[in-house]
Amino acid sequence: MKREIPLLITFGIGTLLILSVFIPPMETLGEDFTVFFDIIAVFAFFLGGGNLLRVHVNKLQNRKTDWPFSIVTLVGFVVVLAIGMFKLGNPGGIAAQPTAAGSLFQEIFDYVLVPLGATMYSLLAFFVASASYRAFRAKNREATILLISAFIILLGRTPFGMMATGWIPESFDILQVPNMAVWIMNSPNLAGQRAILIGIGLGVVSMSLRIILGIERTYLGGDD
Amino acid sequence: MPDLWLSIPLVALVDVGRTISLIFIGGGLVWLLISALKGREVDRRIIFLFIALSVAAPILFPMTFSEKATAVVKAVYDKVESLPEGSSVLISFDFDPAMAPEVQPMANAITRHALSRGHKVVFMSLFATGQALLTQSLQEVVVEGFPELVEGQDYVNLGYKAGNEGVLNVIITNFKKMFPTDVNNIPYDSIEALRGIRSCKDLDLVVSIGGGKPGVKEWVLFVGDPGQVPIAAGVAAVVAPQMYPYYPKQILGILGGIKGAAEYESELIKHYPRFADMDTPGLRMMGPQTLAHMVIMIFIVIGNLSFFVAKRRRRRE
Repeated sequence: MKREIPLLITFGIGTLLILSVFIPPMETLGEDFTVFFDIIAVFAFFLGGGNLLRVHVNKLQNRKTDWPFSIVTLVGFVVVLAIGMFKLGNPGGIAAQPTAAGSLFQEIFDYVLVPLGATMYSLLAFFVASASYRAFRAKNREATILLISAFIILLGRTPFGMMATGWIPESFDILQVPNMAVWIMNSPNLAGQRAILIGIGLGVVSMSLRIILGIERTYLGGDD
Repeated sequence: MPDLWLSIPLVALVDVGRTISLIFIGGGLVWLLISALKGREVDRRIIFLFIALSVAAPILFPMTFSEKATAVVKAVYDKVESLPEGSSVLISFDFDPAMAPEVQPMANAITRHALSRGHKVVFMSLFATGQALLTQSLQEVVVEGFPELVEGQDYVNLGYKAGNEGVLNVIITNFKKMFPTDVNNIPYDSIEALRGIRSCKDLDLVVSIGGGKPGVKEWVLFVGDPGQVPIAAGVAAVVAPQMYPYYPKQILGILGGIKGAAEYESELIKHYPRFADMDTPGLRMMGPQTLAHMVIMIFIVIGNLSFFVAKRRRRRE
């Protein structure tokens, strides 16, 4: 029963949602289920928070590798949670939005989270540069094509692309670097991306059917 | 007069700083090029140093370039421009702080454009952290730039709603069900800017700014296609190639990375002189991006040179 009931629920809801797309009187069913899903998803926040606490408290208790970072995580989590929930340092008090201008919650967001997030993302530039230096080498024909494409895209994303090839007459404007960059995006990239997307789409359909029909049971836990 | 006195040395300082940094970066790269001809590999820390310099120098000593909008960006601009006054435009802030430096300039530029055309703008976010960024944009762009506009009447902030694509699945048929009030708890029915908007199908344009999930793709799948709503996209540069399969039928135009933002800003300045003095982070950041791209390209050349020299040496041995 522990397995049959979840399988039955999955089958019933999955079938109903499919039918709701094809049968007009059932159309609003999809909406209602989405709202139910949102209500259920709220509990995921509690689970996520609880899990974060459990993992890091466990790490601290057992003095696992890099345990001091867990203190930072826990302190950050508890402090921000308290500020957000009880609206500490909020100019409008408990009745105002925690994201109101000048609130402590918003200040933490603006001066801690935004710069940290931007820094993490910006580090990508360093790794891209280092990886480009090593990866884009004309070792064979395919690698050379990739190298040339990378060069065109890189140059096309700067004003130098137009400066270098802007003199090419309008009738041959496809040879201007920015237009060549657009062509690479619009043709070879598009073909590859579409093939991947169609593959993913078919994969999602088949996996969904497997779940609805109870063939795929890994989401229930265990191996079978 | 004292301002002039101050400005002359400042301009000169910027020019000198720019020249020195370019000489330093250029000289260093030439030296690396020469060592590559001798078959030497470049340590990754040197690459990091050059990238740091090439990004920092144009920020400290600004370098600006003129931009011309490409067709894919122009399509978004033209759509906002061609909509009749009073049209409903939804701008969704589907990004987090990590992506904000790249995509927030686009959101700001499109917001300015839409509001100056007299469109009713509906703001929302599918990202929990997007709401705070939306608040920032509203403060910087709308409150400061358009003090004559009234919240609720000319624009509305619906804020963040949890549920990812589920939110879109509902608002395609019923907006009020998902957003019974705006962020200020004003009931949906009493918001002037939302009058006549029952679902997303009543919108004239949706602009999704982001690059993560949920984002542009979800807007296309759950709103654009089923509701025949025109969707425009502003995404991070790394995500832009993934959006091209939807262009131009499902996504009418794409602003890709900071280049897309710069192109939109330049187009806006060209047609709306009142924005000549506006903050243009897109155009400003094209300096660091251009220099960084050039440095990466030179490193690719250096990498290939050292590879071929080493290969030839191995053959001789």
